[in-house]
Amino acid sequence: MAKVKIYVTPKQGVLDPQGKTVEAALHTLGYKNVAGVKIGKYIELELNARPADREKQINEMCKKLLTNPVIEDFTFQVVEA
Amino acid sequence: MRFGVIVFPGSNCDRDCFNVVKDVLKRPVEYVWHQETKLDHLDCVILPGGFSYGDYLRCGAVARFSPVMAAVKNFAGRGGKVLGICNGFQILTEAGLLPGALIRNRALHFICRHVTIRAENVKTAFTRKMKKGQLLNIPIAHGEGNYTCDQATLNELKRYKQIAFTYYGENPNGSTAKIAGVFNKKRNVLGMMPHPERAAEGILGSENGLNIFKSLIS
Repeated sequence: MAKVKIYVTPKQGVLDPQGKTVEAALHTLGYKNVAGVKIGKYIELELNARPADREKQINEMCKKLLTNPVIEDFTFQVVEA
Repeated sequence: MRFGVIVFPGSNCDRDCFNVVKDVLKRPVEYVWHQETKLDHLDCVILPGGFSYGDYLRCGAVARFSPVMAAVKNFAGRGGKVLGICNGFQILTEAGLLPGALIRNRALHFICRHVTIRAENVKTAFTRKMKKGQLLNIPIAHGEGNYTCDQATLNELKRYKQIAFTYYGENPNGSTAKIAGVFNKKRNVLGMMPHPERAAEGILGSENGLNIFKSLIS
Protein backbone atom coordinates (compact mmCIF):
# COMPACT_ATOMS: atom_id res chain seq x y z
CA MET A 1 0.00 0.00 0.00
CA ALA A 2 1.33 3.40 -0.93
CA LYS A 3 0.21 6.78 0.27
CA VAL A 4 -0.40 9.28 -2.51
CA LYS A 5 -0.25 13.03 -1.90
CA ILE A 6 -1.87 15.07 -4.65
CA TYR A 7 -1.52 18.85 -4.91
CA VAL A 8 -4.03 20.72 -7.05
CA THR A 9 -3.37 24.35 -8.00
CA PRO A 10 -5.13 26.87 -10.26
CA LYS A 11 -3.64 26.71 -13.72
CA GLN A 12 -1.21 29.41 -14.83
CA GLY A 13 -3.26 32.26 -16.27
CA VAL A 14 -6.52 31.28 -14.58
CA LEU A 15 -7.77 33.91 -12.17
CA ASP A 16 -7.51 32.74 -8.56
CA PRO A 17 -9.82 35.03 -6.59
CA GLN A 18 -8.97 33.33 -3.28
CA GLY A 19 -5.24 33.67 -3.85
CA LYS A 20 -5.63 37.33 -4.84
CA THR A 21 -7.68 38.13 -1.74
CA VAL A 22 -5.29 36.37 0.61
CA GLU A 23 -2.33 38.07 -1.03
CA ALA A 24 -3.96 41.46 -0.47
CA ALA A 25 -4.59 40.51 3.18
CA LEU A 26 -0.95 39.54 3.66
CA HIS A 27 0.10 42.90 2.19
CA THR A 28 -2.26 44.63 4.64
CA LEU A 29 -0.49 42.80 7.45
CA GLY A 30 2.76 44.36 6.29
CA TYR A 31 4.20 41.39 4.38
CA LYS A 32 4.85 43.48 1.30
CA ASN A 33 7.44 41.04 -0.01
CA VAL A 34 4.81 38.35 -0.74
CA ALA A 35 3.65 37.71 -4.31
CA GLY A 36 2.03 34.99 -6.39
CA VAL A 37 -0.28 33.54 -3.72
CA LYS A 38 -2.27 30.61 -5.11
CA ILE A 39 -4.78 28.56 -3.22
CA GLY A 40 -5.30 24.97 -4.21
CA LYS A 41 -6.26 21.64 -2.72
CA TYR A 42 -4.46 18.79 -1.08
CA ILE A 43 -5.82 15.29 -1.61
CA GLU A 44 -4.43 12.24 0.13
CA LEU A 45 -5.28 8.64 -0.68
CA GLU A 46 -4.03 5.12 -0.20
CA LEU A 47 -3.40 3.12 -3.32
CA ASN A 48 -3.03 -0.61 -3.57
CA ALA A 49 -1.39 -1.10 -6.97
CA ARG A 50 1.85 -2.46 -8.35
CA PRO A 51 4.54 0.22 -8.21
CA ALA A 52 4.84 0.16 -12.00
CA ASP A 53 1.12 0.89 -12.45
CA ARG A 54 0.73 3.60 -9.86
CA GLU A 55 1.73 6.62 -11.85
CA LYS A 56 -0.55 5.81 -14.76
CA GLN A 57 -3.54 5.30 -12.49
CA ILE A 58 -2.92 8.47 -10.48
CA ASN A 59 -2.63 10.53 -13.64
CA GLU A 60 -5.83 8.99 -14.94
CA MET A 61 -7.76 9.67 -11.72
CA CYS A 62 -6.50 13.24 -11.61
CA LYS A 63 -7.53 13.97 -15.19
CA LYS A 64 -10.93 12.27 -14.95
CA LEU A 65 -12.20 13.39 -11.58
CA LEU A 66 -9.78 14.87 -9.08
CA THR A 67 -8.93 17.95 -11.15
CA ASN A 68 -10.50 19.89 -13.98
CA PRO A 69 -7.74 20.27 -16.60
CA VAL A 70 -9.42 23.42 -17.96
CA ILE A 71 -8.62 25.34 -14.78
CA GLU A 72 -6.28 23.26 -12.62
CA ASP A 73 -2.80 21.71 -12.63
CA PHE A 74 -1.65 18.94 -10.34
CA THR A 75 1.48 17.30 -9.03
CA PHE A 76 1.74 14.25 -6.80
CA GLN A 77 4.08 12.36 -4.56
CA VAL A 78 4.00 8.66 -3.78
CA VAL A 79 5.13 7.71 -0.30
CA GLU A 80 5.61 4.07 0.65
CA ALA A 81 3.42 3.32 3.64
CA MET B 1 -42.49 18.63 -26.99
CA ARG B 2 -41.78 16.48 -23.96
CA PHE B 3 -39.49 17.74 -21.19
CA GLY B 4 -37.48 15.91 -18.55
CA VAL B 5 -36.02 17.56 -15.45
CA ILE B 6 -33.05 15.66 -14.08
CA VAL B 7 -32.89 15.31 -10.33
CA PHE B 8 -29.46 14.82 -8.79
CA PRO B 9 -29.00 14.39 -5.06
CA GLY B 10 -28.77 18.04 -4.03
CA SER B 11 -30.68 19.57 -6.95
CA ASN B 12 -32.97 22.27 -5.57
CA CYS B 13 -34.41 24.09 -8.58
CA ASP B 14 -35.91 20.95 -10.12
CA ARG B 15 -39.41 21.78 -8.91
CA ASP B 16 -39.23 25.34 -10.20
CA CYS B 17 -38.29 24.05 -13.66
CA PHE B 18 -41.00 21.39 -13.51
CA ASN B 19 -43.56 24.02 -12.52
CA VAL B 20 -42.68 26.35 -15.39
CA VAL B 21 -43.03 23.60 -17.99
CA LYS B 22 -46.17 22.06 -16.53
CA ASP B 23 -48.16 25.09 -15.33
CA VAL B 24 -46.84 27.99 -17.38
CA LEU B 25 -45.94 26.35 -20.71
CA LYS B 26 -48.57 23.59 -20.25
CA ARG B 27 -46.33 20.96 -21.78
CA PRO B 28 -45.71 17.38 -20.66
CA VAL B 29 -42.85 17.07 -18.21
CA GLU B 30 -41.41 14.42 -15.91
CA TYR B 31 -38.67 14.12 -13.33
CA VAL B 32 -35.70 11.97 -14.33
CA TRP B 33 -33.77 10.49 -11.40
CA HIS B 34 -30.00 10.65 -11.81
CA GLN B 35 -29.74 6.89 -11.93
CA GLU B 36 -31.96 6.50 -14.96
CA THR B 37 -30.39 5.78 -18.31
CA LYS B 38 -33.24 6.25 -20.82
CA LEU B 39 -34.06 9.64 -22.29
CA ASP B 40 -35.18 8.54 -25.75
CA HIS B 41 -38.81 9.54 -25.21
CA LEU B 42 -37.88 13.16 -24.37
CA ASP B 43 -37.24 16.17 -26.60
CA CYS B 44 -35.64 18.47 -24.06
CA VAL B 45 -33.72 17.68 -20.91
CA ILE B 46 -33.17 20.29 -18.19
CA LEU B 47 -30.32 20.05 -15.70
CA PRO B 48 -31.55 22.25 -12.85
CA GLY B 49 -29.70 24.37 -10.33
CA GLY B 50 -28.74 23.33 -6.84
CA PHE B 51 -25.78 21.76 -5.13
CA SER B 52 -25.48 18.31 -6.67
CA TYR B 53 -23.47 16.00 -4.43
CA GLY B 54 -22.95 18.91 -2.06
CA ASP B 55 -20.69 20.62 -4.65
CA TYR B 56 -17.91 18.43 -3.21
CA LEU B 57 -14.53 18.54 -4.94
CA ARG B 58 -15.75 21.01 -7.59
CA CYS B 59 -19.27 22.07 -8.58
CA GLY B 60 -20.64 19.41 -10.91
CA ALA B 61 -17.54 17.22 -10.72
CA VAL B 62 -19.27 14.27 -9.12
CA ALA B 63 -22.67 14.66 -10.79
CA ARG B 64 -21.06 14.38 -14.17
CA PHE B 65 -20.41 10.69 -13.42
CA SER B 66 -24.05 9.96 -12.53
CA PRO B 67 -25.48 7.18 -14.72
CA VAL B 68 -27.88 9.63 -16.36
CA MET B 69 -25.01 11.74 -17.68
CA ALA B 70 -23.92 9.08 -20.18
CA ALA B 71 -27.51 9.15 -21.45
CA VAL B 72 -27.45 12.97 -21.59
CA LYS B 73 -24.28 12.81 -23.73
CA ASN B 74 -25.93 10.41 -26.16
CA PHE B 75 -29.11 12.47 -26.15
CA ALA B 76 -27.16 15.64 -26.98
CA GLY B 77 -25.16 13.75 -29.60
CA ARG B 78 -28.42 12.85 -31.35
CA GLY B 79 -29.48 16.49 -31.37
CA GLY B 80 -31.73 16.45 -28.29
CA LYS B 81 -32.06 19.82 -26.57
CA VAL B 82 -30.22 20.14 -23.27
CA LEU B 83 -30.59 23.16 -20.99
CA GLY B 84 -28.27 23.43 -17.98
CA ILE B 85 -29.10 26.14 -15.47
CA CYS B 86 -26.60 27.26 -12.81
CA ASN B 87 -25.38 23.99 -11.24
CA GLY B 88 -26.67 22.31 -14.41
CA PHE B 89 -24.32 24.56 -16.43
CA GLN B 90 -21.43 23.61 -14.15
CA ILE B 91 -22.21 19.92 -14.66
CA LEU B 92 -22.28 20.35 -18.46
CA THR B 93 -18.84 21.99 -18.48
CA GLU B 94 -17.42 19.31 -16.19
CA ALA B 95 -18.89 16.68 -18.51
CA GLY B 96 -17.22 18.30 -21.50
CA LEU B 97 -20.54 19.01 -23.21
CA LEU B 98 -19.79 22.73 -23.05
CA PRO B 99 -16.42 24.49 -23.21
CA GLY B 100 -14.79 26.37 -20.34
CA ALA B 101 -15.30 26.13 -16.60
CA LEU B 102 -17.00 28.02 -13.78
CA ILE B 103 -14.83 29.16 -10.92
CA ARG B 104 -15.32 31.13 -7.72
CA ASN B 105 -16.89 34.57 -8.14
CA ARG B 106 -14.30 37.31 -8.37
CA ALA B 107 -15.44 38.88 -5.09
CA LEU B 108 -15.65 35.42 -3.43
CA HIS B 109 -19.16 35.77 -2.04
CA PHE B 110 -22.41 34.15 -3.12
CA ILE B 111 -24.48 36.53 -5.25
CA CYS B 112 -28.26 36.29 -5.31
CA ARG B 113 -30.05 39.08 -7.17
CA HIS B 114 -31.57 40.15 -10.46
CA VAL B 115 -29.18 41.06 -13.27
CA THR B 116 -29.64 42.14 -16.85
CA ILE B 117 -28.37 39.86 -19.57
CA ARG B 118 -28.18 40.43 -23.31
CA ALA B 119 -29.16 37.87 -25.95
CA GLU B 120 -26.14 37.48 -28.25
CA ASN B 121 -27.25 34.77 -30.66
CA VAL B 122 -30.97 34.54 -31.33
CA LYS B 123 -30.81 32.02 -34.15
CA THR B 124 -31.03 28.95 -31.93
CA ALA B 125 -33.76 26.71 -30.56
CA PHE B 126 -33.34 28.36 -27.15
CA THR B 127 -33.40 31.98 -28.24
CA ARG B 128 -35.41 32.27 -31.45
CA LYS B 129 -38.26 34.15 -29.77
CA MET B 130 -35.89 36.98 -28.86
CA LYS B 131 -34.43 39.86 -30.80
CA LYS B 132 -30.68 40.22 -31.11
CA GLY B 133 -29.41 42.32 -28.27
CA GLN B 134 -32.65 41.93 -26.32
CA LEU B 135 -32.17 42.58 -22.61
CA LEU B 136 -33.57 40.15 -20.07
CA ASN B 137 -34.08 40.71 -16.36
CA ILE B 138 -33.25 37.35 -14.75
CA PRO B 139 -31.87 36.49 -11.31
CA ILE B 140 -28.52 34.85 -10.61
CA ALA B 141 -27.78 32.86 -7.45
CA HIS B 142 -24.31 31.40 -7.32
CA GLY B 143 -20.93 31.34 -5.63
CA GLU B 144 -19.12 29.78 -8.58
CA GLY B 145 -20.42 31.51 -11.68
CA ASN B 146 -17.25 33.09 -12.95
CA TYR B 147 -17.01 31.74 -16.50
CA THR B 148 -13.43 31.00 -17.45
CA CYS B 149 -11.78 29.80 -20.62
CA ASP B 150 -8.50 30.36 -22.41
CA GLN B 151 -8.07 32.78 -25.32
CA ALA B 152 -8.22 30.03 -27.94
CA THR B 153 -11.56 28.80 -26.57
CA LEU B 154 -12.90 32.37 -26.42
CA ASN B 155 -11.94 32.89 -30.06
CA GLU B 156 -13.78 29.69 -30.97
CA LEU B 157 -16.84 30.72 -28.97
CA LYS B 158 -16.95 33.95 -30.95
CA ARG B 159 -16.26 32.34 -34.30
CA TYR B 160 -19.01 29.75 -33.93
CA LYS B 161 -21.43 32.21 -32.28
CA GLN B 162 -21.55 30.07 -29.16
CA ILE B 163 -21.97 32.95 -26.72
CA ALA B 164 -25.65 32.86 -25.79
CA PHE B 165 -25.90 35.61 -23.17
CA THR B 166 -23.61 38.22 -21.68
CA TYR B 167 -24.09 40.30 -18.55
CA TYR B 168 -25.22 43.78 -19.52
CA GLY B 169 -23.62 46.69 -17.70
CA GLU B 170 -21.82 45.36 -14.68
CA ASN B 171 -20.01 42.02 -14.64
CA PRO B 172 -21.29 40.53 -11.38
CA ASN B 173 -18.90 37.61 -11.00
CA GLY B 174 -15.83 38.39 -13.10
CA SER B 175 -16.76 36.14 -16.04
CA THR B 176 -14.48 36.17 -19.07
CA ALA B 177 -15.98 38.46 -21.74
CA LYS B 178 -18.97 38.91 -19.38
CA ILE B 179 -20.27 35.52 -20.49
CA ALA B 180 -23.48 34.42 -18.75
CA GLY B 181 -24.34 31.47 -21.00
CA VAL B 182 -22.84 29.43 -23.85
CA PHE B 183 -23.95 26.95 -26.49
CA ASN B 184 -22.11 23.93 -27.79
CA LYS B 185 -21.02 24.08 -31.42
CA LYS B 186 -24.24 22.48 -32.69
CA ARG B 187 -26.22 24.86 -30.46
CA ASN B 188 -28.50 22.16 -29.11
CA VAL B 189 -26.92 22.43 -25.65
CA LEU B 190 -27.19 25.65 -23.63
CA GLY B 191 -25.66 26.32 -20.24
CA MET B 192 -26.39 29.53 -18.35
CA MET B 193 -25.81 30.81 -14.83
CA PRO B 194 -28.95 33.02 -14.60
CA HIS B 195 -32.17 31.26 -13.62
CA PRO B 196 -34.87 31.69 -16.31
CA GLU B 197 -37.22 29.44 -14.33
CA ARG B 198 -37.21 32.02 -11.53
CA ALA B 199 -38.31 34.74 -13.95
CA ALA B 200 -41.18 33.03 -15.73
CA GLU B 201 -44.23 34.41 -13.95
CA GLY B 202 -45.27 37.99 -13.28
CA ILE B 203 -45.73 37.32 -9.60
CA LEU B 204 -42.00 36.60 -9.37
CA GLY B 205 -41.09 40.06 -10.64
CA SER B 206 -40.08 39.17 -14.19
CA GLU B 207 -41.32 37.02 -17.03
CA ASN B 208 -38.24 37.51 -19.18
CA GLY B 209 -37.00 33.98 -18.54
CA LEU B 210 -40.04 32.65 -20.36
CA ASN B 211 -38.45 33.73 -23.65
CA ILE B 212 -36.13 30.74 -23.44
CA PHE B 213 -38.87 28.22 -22.68
CA LYS B 214 -41.16 29.71 -25.33
CA SER B 215 -38.39 29.54 -27.90
CA LEU B 216 -37.96 25.86 -27.11
CA ILE B 217 -41.60 25.02 -27.80
CA SER B 218 -42.05 27.29 -30.80
